[in-house]
Amino acid sequence: MQEFIKQYKKNKSAVVGFFIVVILVSMAIFAPWIAPHAPYDQNLADRLIPPMWEAGGKASYILGTDDFGRDLFSRIVYGARISLMVGAVSVGMSLTFGLVMGLMAGFFGGKIDLFIMRIVDIMLSIPAILLAIVVVSILGPSLINAMIAIGIVGIPTYARIVRASVMAEKEKEYVIASRVNGSGNLRLMFKVILPNAATPIIVQSTMGFASAVLEAAGLSFLGLGAQPPTPEWGAMLSDSLQFITTAPWMIFYPGLAIFFTVLGFNLVGDGLMDVLDPKLKDK
Amino acid sequence: MNLVEVKNLKTYFYSDEGVNRAVDDVSFEIPEGKTVCIVGESGSGKSITSLSIMQLIDKPGKIVEGEIIFDGVDLLKQDENYIRGIRGSKISMIFQEPMTSLNPSYTVGFQIDEVLKLHHKELDKKGRYERAIEALELVGMPYPEEKYNEYPFKLSGGQRQRVMIAMAMACEPKLLIADEPTTALDVTIQAQVLDLMNKLQDKKGTSILFITHDLGVVAQMADEVVVMYRGHIVEKASAKELFEDPRHPYTKALLNSIPVPGKHKRKSRLDTVDENIDYLQFPKEIR
Repeated sequence: MQEFIKQYKKNKSAVVGFFIVVILVSMAIFAPWIAPHAPYDQNLADRLIPPMWEAGGKASYILGTDDFGRDLFSRIVYGARISLMVGAVSVGMSLTFGLVMGLMAGFFGGKIDLFIMRIVDIMLSIPAILLAIVVVSILGPSLINAMIAIGIVGIPTYARIVRASVMAEKEKEYVIASRVNGSGNLRLMFKVILPNAATPIIVQSTMGFASAVLEAAGLSFLGLGAQPPTPEWGAMLSDSLQFITTAPWMIFYPGLAIFFTVLGFNLVGDGLMDVLDPKLKDK
Repeated sequence: MNLVEVKNLKTYFYSDEGVNRAVDDVSFEIPEGKTVCIVGESGSGKSITSLSIMQLIDKPGKIVEGEIIFDGVDLLKQDENYIRGIRGSKISMIFQEPMTSLNPSYTVGFQIDEVLKLHHKELDKKGRYERAIEALELVGMPYPEEKYNEYPFKLSGGQRQRVMIAMAMACEPKLLIADEPTTALDVTIQAQVLDLMNKLQDKKGTSILFITHDLGVVAQMADEVVVMYRGHIVEKASAKELFEDPRHPYTKALLNSIPVPGKHKRKSRLDTVDENIDYLQFPKEIR
């Protein structure tokens, strides 16, 4: 573990990414204490107030207010909760299904592999956002359905990654050795092979987190995800479109929040990839 | 008493280009407490014979015919559960590549512990730990308590092979299959590992099926020798007989291709096994 931290620290951008993620997570956890206002509190007298350092700004609204007089900063802080939840749930969902499918395909091979991978191919042939729109239009637009949609869209990526690394590990002699010692298939799959195939899965999950956040924002922007008045970053962007010339801060800061979240998780993913590389581990 | 009797074993591999008769009508016995060596060139079916005994033949391979009688039971007629119970507890196996035959994600101790957990349910955690340390000591591992907590990548090839042997011996199997266990090791370590296996055999009375292409190793290890050529047994004899009086032309060719100090002049050419001769045309010499 100490070795791990030492290696990770060497990569400066990964450290930056780590701090971004830490800030985001603490924003999400301590939202009620950080945010000066409740995210749904409307104050129609204070509509479209610019950020505090611009002319006409008020100190109590750090990043200004939107068209209903809601505090933008508070909404962004609460939005971190939603974005992180979306990331965790949809990555968790794609990972669970992708892992099981990939493990089975890679481990058993033959007809099972053929069957699972053809399903994956079919899923891959449909554009992600289109599939998400289909899911959402069947189940109706809501944040939960958007998470399900993003989760389903992610499955093939994980299945392929898991399959590839399982296939590489399966042929190693320690797997045969474990079979010789009497291990059954389930044990071989989850206990013997999986830990050795975990590196690319961990990296992909971190990166996938970022793209899930981005996709959720995209769906919400299209009106297929979080519904108003939920303080979701993508939804906030689409709400503010009509004020883009008069109140640009309304679109700028939620966008910035999305940008940093995606950047942070991608940097962490890159850092993890470097550290967990088995070639470095042996040194 | 014979621990293992292999009778008319046929293991074939089916591919688009036809059937590969990797093991074709092979019969031999492994007496209790003795070492039987299978020698032969690459691709002669040595490893497939041993994997057949363990029932580890995967598609497209198939055991077509024959009997493998272990301890009075025909393994080919048993179901997967019975075989799994035997693997590790009654038959163990050591592999050629010590570098890849330990799981890199777990400590040495954990892996020995797992084998013990599976086959010695009566032992508690402390009992298993003691048993594992004992096994590591038995194979001459320096600082067994420390090595118990090490990951495989910190061990040298020879140490890893010792761990493999410790794991294989931890359950005191009746049969140990060693598939070229010394090929990847340098000569000094090789001698130590062979010596170790001989000692363990004396102590525990384990039968060993030793697979190798190194006739020097055969001379050191074997009681009985089986010479395989293209899936067939061409000669079977006790080690002494085989080295003193090789009868089959293939065995003779094999023995002639070993350099002997004094017999072979410097810069003279070494005899080789002639690829153009089909040695199967000669009668089999089974003694």
